[in-house]
Amino acid sequence: MLTDFGILLLFILAGLGLLGLILGIGRLLRPDRPNPEKNATYESGEEPVGNANVQFNVRFYVVALLFVLFEIELIFLFPWAVVFGNEDLIQQTDGRWGWFALAEMTVFVGMLILGLAYAWVKGYLDWVRPKPAIPATESPVPAALYEAINKKYESKTVNKT
Amino acid sequence: MELTAFIIKAIIILVIFGLTLLIAMYSTYGERKVAGFIQDRLGPDRAGPWGLLQPLADAGKMFFKEDFIPAQANKWLFIAGPCLAMLTALMASAVIPFGSTLRYDGIEVAVQGVEANIGILYIFGVVSLGVYGIMVGGWASNNKFSLLGAIRAASQNISYEVAMGLSIVAILMMSESLSVGSIVAQQHGGNWNIWYQPLGFIIFLTCAFAECNRTPFDLPECETELVGGYHTEYSSMKLGFYLFAEYINMFISSAVVSALYFGGYNYPGMDWVYTQLTAAFGDIAGHNVATLLGTAVFFGKALFGVFFFMWVRWTLPRFRYDQLMNLGWKGLIPLAILNILITGIGVLFIQPSLTAFLK
Repeated sequence: MLTDFGILLLFILAGLGLLGLILGIGRLLRPDRPNPEKNATYESGEEPVGNANVQFNVRFYVVALLFVLFEIELIFLFPWAVVFGNEDLIQQTDGRWGWFALAEMTVFVGMLILGLAYAWVKGYLDWVRPKPAIPATESPVPAALYEAINKKYESKTVNKT
Repeated sequence: MELTAFIIKAIIILVIFGLTLLIAMYSTYGERKVAGFIQDRLGPDRAGPWGLLQPLADAGKMFFKEDFIPAQANKWLFIAGPCLAMLTALMASAVIPFGSTLRYDGIEVAVQGVEANIGILYIFGVVSLGVYGIMVGGWASNNKFSLLGAIRAASQNISYEVAMGLSIVAILMMSESLSVGSIVAQQHGGNWNIWYQPLGFIIFLTCAFAECNRTPFDLPECETELVGGYHTEYSSMKLGFYLFAEYINMFISSAVVSALYFGGYNYPGMDWVYTQLTAAFGDIAGHNVATLLGTAVFFGKALFGVFFFMWVRWTLPRFRYDQLMNLGWKGLIPLAILNILITGIGVLFIQPSLTAFLK
């Protein structure tokens, strides 16, 4: 008899087989006529400059580091959550077990909160906000004229919609 | 016995794969119809009656389109990316309990791929692996848009994963089990977790949207900034894999939400229905019919979840990236920690005193 994880392995193998089958059928059916234009990197019609390993915002790394920290703490929370409200253990200890577990976890989660607060205060969670600049245009027509026209036709457009 | 068990499991796996793929296919149709309804137009209506054959036509197109790999791209990783995305999406459906048990010839078979005792941990792990598909594909394309989309996807998924895990921990504290099957079985009748975990439910749902890269969190494929995002360079069936993976993920997360919070196959009055059915059809047939009814209820809940995903997509605008990160780290994570503390106090103090009061 297969164990549960044996069946999961079977599941993964079946998934791989399905993917291979679909891609294989597609390969037999579709045309294959590559040329340099088709195989060029798409950059909105421009010739791409250099390759794509460009610099990007360093905050993505900070988020990744914070994630590793929190995820490990999270994994430690999972086994705790399962035994936390266990009635056998609570009865054996006259109800002290639950409070003990809760207090211990409050300390643990408290450190988590402390870490989050530290990152928050230090500004690691602040993302760069976009600063939209309203473009200034120099037009020979004074802005007041546009305003007047907008006002004149305001009632009509309102009626239309 | 070895062989029969193997064959039964193989059939179950094939049925689950088939069902997931079918639902994903018709979700694309449903998405367009819902979009059409919300925007006051018809949606697809040419292929077959009411456009019902549209997904088949799309699949045919995916097979027959030319598939080119950019000259600058890393060829193997370029192929591995969409395959990984699709594989992780398919794997998650293994441990979801679609119904209780079917009795046949003295054997009781659960309507579930695998009754793993760490099912919820498995789902959590597989969902986190899903980000590799996007990351690998976006990096291997060697396109600046793809790279930025992939980095955004990775950063967003890992940020929301923490809050998602914390909201799952609150559920585990109440159910004391990591098995999805027993979490669902505990919500017998109308005793659903949503009544005890409203805050956790909202956190989980928001994170599910972010994990599936759906609007309002679809920044990895934000077309106004990044053309196509991580799948800019993809064509043919590989693009199809990415789109399919998104729809399968939607279905899986709706199914998980309905299993964790809406009682899965349980519905109010199920015991009455069960006694009526066993009285009418006899023990075995009645049990099986009741199970199938529960499975239908489960699919109803899950498909409503999928509809909810679409509803939100065509109603809400997209977040800005700093808003997304603020919501994840400064909003959802503190709320999820608060939710754990409230649940802990509730389980230890409020629940015993309430049961004592009701006695």
